[in-house]
Amino acid sequence: MWQLTRIELFKVFQKPRTYIAFGAIAAIVMLVQLALYIDGRTYLDFMLQSIQQSFEINGVVLNGYFVCFIILQTLLVHVPLLIALVAGDMIAGEANMGTLRLLLTKPVSRTQLALSKFFASSIYTLLLLIFMALLALFGSLLIFGQGDLMVPKSEMVVFIDRSDVFWRYAFAFGFAALSMITVASLAFLLSVFAENSIGPIIATMSVIIVFTILTSMDIPLFNAMKPYLFTNHMLNWKGFFERPVDYGEVLKSALVLLFHIVLFVSLTLYIFRRKDILS
Amino acid sequence: MSTLLSVENLSKQFSEIKAVDALSFSVEKGTVCGFLGQNGAGKSTTIRMILTLIQPSSGAVYFQRKEIRRYRKEALSQIGAIIEKPDLYKYLTALQNLKIMARLSGVKRTEAQYRQQLERVGLADRADSKVKTFSQGMKQRLGIACALVHDPAFIVLDEPTNGLDPQGIADVRNLILRLSREEGKTILISSHLLSEVEQIADHMVIIDKGKKLAAGKVSELLHPSETVVHLNAVNLQQAAEVLGQSAWKDQLQVQHDHIAIRLHQEEIPVLAAYLVQHQVGITSLQSRNSLEDLFLSLTTGNQHVAAYAH
Repeated sequence: MWQLTRIELFKVFQKPRTYIAFGAIAAIVMLVQLALYIDGRTYLDFMLQSIQQSFEINGVVLNGYFVCFIILQTLLVHVPLLIALVAGDMIAGEANMGTLRLLLTKPVSRTQLALSKFFASSIYTLLLLIFMALLALFGSLLIFGQGDLMVPKSEMVVFIDRSDVFWRYAFAFGFAALSMITVASLAFLLSVFAENSIGPIIATMSVIIVFTILTSMDIPLFNAMKPYLFTNHMLNWKGFFERPVDYGEVLKSALVLLFHIVLFVSLTLYIFRRKDILS
Repeated sequence: MSTLLSVENLSKQFSEIKAVDALSFSVEKGTVCGFLGQNGAGKSTTIRMILTLIQPSSGAVYFQRKEIRRYRKEALSQIGAIIEKPDLYKYLTALQNLKIMARLSGVKRTEAQYRQQLERVGLADRADSKVKTFSQGMKQRLGIACALVHDPAFIVLDEPTNGLDPQGIADVRNLILRLSREEGKTILISSHLLSEVEQIADHMVIIDKGKKLAAGKVSELLHPSETVVHLNAVNLQQAAEVLGQSAWKDQLQVQHDHIAIRLHQEEIPVLAAYLVQHQVGITSLQSRNSLEDLFLSLTTGNQHVAAYAH
């Protein structure tokens, strides 16, 4: 299985499109860092204008931890597109190139082949998040320095001591990885139905956009649906920046995401094992 | 000679269309079997079922007497295949493609062995070039190298000369002959270029609309005692009328530019004399005994016969 996964990873990293995601993340992270470096004070004043009337905030609020939080909040909404770009191509792209039939005439079981492709997309997702963590967290710490983390919320701010922050980021990135692998597994499932990768990429993004809209609208019918929508649980990496952390809630979200991954991958295997290869 | 591959009562239904209909045939070890049929006859669907790419609606394929779907990995480790055009990873080099295919086949070769494999198909000097820079012929040869990388006993080639220039076709033909004669490989080759198959196959199976029309040794199917004579005349209509009243009237096929007459070799001088006697201006009288004639007579029937004769 590892041999197959290595072959899939080799193919993924030989494709130029794979590096689009790394380039895009690097560009966005650096742009946000540059903007906050030049004019971060104005951004902070705007964010804290309601609080500053009642409280005086001292210390280095615009520090590396805070900048990383802002970057994650902005970026994690858009990363699914970059994940879908690769995961949606895993089977559909091979069908489009005509190489799927070539692969399946080799003495490799269809289940193993599909799983190796899923593992390769998951490893790609993890590498993308590690890259993002390196740039957003360590890059920001290097540029802005350390300090206590201020977590802005709609009607309040939460302050976390600098010595209590790093583990929260480690868990938050771990949770974000689970969220993004859920997206990868959805794109992977949709990839099995198509013979070009555009379809699965667009379909994945459509599902995420529709679910996100349902999640964000405060309508009783949608509220009843929310617990079952995986997009509702994807942003719960923020749970690690609560004081205290509601572990029950975070674990529940993680299990919902895990359930979706297992469901999407199982469905992919079921369909792929029976699929007639006509491409 | 033992049977390597056996196709038994194989059928495939795609919604309303029956692509393959109760097809049975076998391929003997060490032979080259031509698999013939017009476009849409069901050749590719059959080949995909042999390679487990498509599930049959009914029937089964046996490789070395074992049901291929149940023993898929074991069977495929001994089969090399090219299905239609050889699509490879265009963004990888020839060598990288070959290595991937070898690893997927469960074999590991040294760098020198891989380069030797590429040399065998005339691509040694392009081993490190990306496939996107290759011509169709080069891709085809690389496809063959990928199909042979694990030294399979059985090779399946679906339309291997598609899109190739005459030199490319000759190269592929020579390679197939070499694999068969020098290395004793068993080969199943489908092609619409019947003259190509005729030159390399010992056995053949002819299908049309998913059904088997004929199968057997090429030499037996071509009836060496019988031949097809192509007659060209100054006035083809007059020739057809004259022949329509002759003993060969039931063995005619009148085409737009010639008349085909099936007869025994020894009847040819008699036919020539008959035509001269009836003042038919013969421009050419050519004896043919090719697979193409047999194929056409089996697949098109006699609908053209006697268009002029009556």
